[in-house]
Amino acid sequence: MLDLIAQVQIQDRSSGDASCVADNGFCPSWIVDNLNRYTDPLLQHVYLTIVSLAIGFAISFGLALIAHRRRWLVAPITQITGVLYTLPSIAVFFLLLPITGRGNTTAIIALVAYSLLIIFRNIIAGLDNVPAETKDAGRGMGLTDRQLLWRVELPLALPEILAGLRIAATTTVGLATLAFFAGAGGLGERIFEDIVFKSNVVTAGALAVLLAAAFDVVILIVQRAVTPWARARAS
Amino acid sequence: MNRSEPAQEQGPSARPAAATLEFREATKIYPGQDDPAVDALSLTVPAGEICVLVGPSGCGKTTAMRMVNRMIDITSGDILLDGRSVRERRPAELRREIGYAIQQIGLFPHLTVADNIATVPRLLGWPKDRTRARVDQLLELVSLDPADTRDRYPAQLSGGQRQRVGVARALAADPPLMLMDEPFGAIDPINRERLQNEFLRLQKEIRKTVVFVTHDIDEAIKMGDRIAVLQRGGKLAQYAPPAELLMYPNGRFVEDFVGADRALKRLALQRVRDIDLWKAPLVRVGEPVADARRKVQDSDVPYPLLVDADGRPLGWLSERALTGERVTEDLRSKAEPAVELDDVLRDALSDLLANEAQYGPVLDARGAVAGVLSLEIIGHALQEPPEQVRSGADALAADG
Ligand SMILES: Nc1ncnc2c1ncn2[C@@H]1O[C@H](COP(=O)(O)OP(=O)(O)OP(=O)(O)O)[C@@H](O)[C@H]1O
Ligand SMILES: [Mg+2]
Repeated sequence: MLDLIAQVQIQDRSSGDASCVADNGFCPSWIVDNLNRYTDPLLQHVYLTIVSLAIGFAISFGLALIAHRRRWLVAPITQITGVLYTLPSIAVFFLLLPITGRGNTTAIIALVAYSLLIIFRNIIAGLDNVPAETKDAGRGMGLTDRQLLWRVELPLALPEILAGLRIAATTTVGLATLAFFAGAGGLGERIFEDIVFKSNVVTAGALAVLLAAAFDVVILIVQRAVTPWARARAS
Repeated sequence: MNRSEPAQEQGPSARPAAATLEFREATKIYPGQDDPAVDALSLTVPAGEICVLVGPSGCGKTTAMRMVNRMIDITSGDILLDGRSVRERRPAELRREIGYAIQQIGLFPHLTVADNIATVPRLLGWPKDRTRARVDQLLELVSLDPADTRDRYPAQLSGGQRQRVGVARALAADPPLMLMDEPFGAIDPINRERLQNEFLRLQKEIRKTVVFVTHDIDEAIKMGDRIAVLQRGGKLAQYAPPAELLMYPNGRFVEDFVGADRALKRLALQRVRDIDLWKAPLVRVGEPVADARRKVQDSDVPYPLLVDADGRPLGWLSERALTGERVTEDLRSKAEPAVELDDVLRDALSDLLANEAQYGPVLDARGAVAGVLSLEIIGHALQEPPEQVRSGADALAADG
């Protein structure tokens, strides 16, 4: 049976160093020739990650703003998002399949559910770390609660918020490799399509790692650009 | 000295530069507590004066101050700003009219010095160039170089510089009232003294009404036109100008609080130039001895003081210098200590005692002798009624 599958897959692998490919080895020339096979899965992976992060951030941000002025909500929200965080993603995919069917929606719902806790907790931590005297001075000068939030508290919480987003981004890229279970494609689909062929697994895996690193670096650059004050020290 | 009148418009705002503040039985009881933190506080701060709230820790100074801009809700009673109750004002609007400086400063770490100072002007919707000009003006006012400081973040400033920026920020929209809660509390003694002097000098220019909280009686005496001493439970023990407080404390609590050295503290309120000095028998070399002897007779000092052509002291003459026809340069002792007109009496007294001298020459700004200060004169000064003793703020501001 396995042999049969291998047979089919080898036929799928066009060109390259035939013997290396036949051995399921790591074949650079094959990788170079076949890189374009990974373009669509990669773009799909990027799409899943960005959409999930954007939705996850929007929901977490809304929840954090609500809980920020109603502190008693922090504990229940943390608990609920905590449960979502610990649910195995694959289980969530299968649970959702009968409701939302195969496709992006199911994958994105699962990825969003997973990211909520990380982002929510970091926003709350960032807001909590704003020095009390800074808020007191702001209020004492006549900033309204809303002005205080948008002009003082959120800007000062940015380093923590963006740090949370970085963690959420790398974990989401990782989890999105399982999105094909929900029928949403991505690099994971390529990996599991031919998991015995080293060249394939390494290429798809490396792209996933690079993608995670790219998200991390981009958010870090944004973070540095928008928080110049965080690096300012006595000169 | 018309300190009770609203000072003239200085800044770019159209509001009057100072407001009258009145506490009317203002009381604060924190939720869940039986005893008030501030208990029926009644006092009036005339426009343009510094009122210091002083008292032991936990006596309710901060609470009293924060009720004024409604950072803390008033439980009962009222607080009036220029006759208008703060309770009928919208808190955010009210606060934009009241400067606010606290010990922890609370600068916004993510904003530059200029943006920090511009906070209230922006809330009030000032045009950009007016705000920018005001920022530079304020930085200069608090002795910071605008070009060097404007674009720095608070983390790039020293503690003293941060404190100055905090004061500048509080003054930004030219508020008629300033609230300052231990503004110099976290600063080392040398810088604190400098900031105090700078603020008094600034106050001479801007003449704001100021509520200044401190737990340090020396700072209270130095800064206050009037001092409100609070005792535990937020009860007002005494409200009086510094000299009166030191001379007539109205009970054991105030007496203990101002300290056993309150007579000496009073000497810190007066400067040598404020009291009547002895006339000095000034003589020059070559002057007829008869003239010199007459001068000594007209003076309270037993010996003639030899001075140079510019009137600068050379020393006290000995008996032998007066034996011939003309005065010779025969000194019994040097003219020490030399006290200056701007010295406060406490420092002058300390100089006399350190030199084991009964009296010493007083020099004017050019170094010429202006008179003689003696222990006896200082003794008289201590008996002067408090109405004739100027407040610390006035005394310091006078030499500006
Ligand atoms: N938010 C609060 N809730 C309950 N009690 C408070 C609160 N703030 C202050 N108190 C109490 O009210 C009293 C007065 O406090 P306040 O801060 O006004 O004192 P203070 O004179 O400023 O003291 P310090 O010199 O230590 O700053 C204290 O007994 C304090 O414990
Ligand atoms: Mg206090």
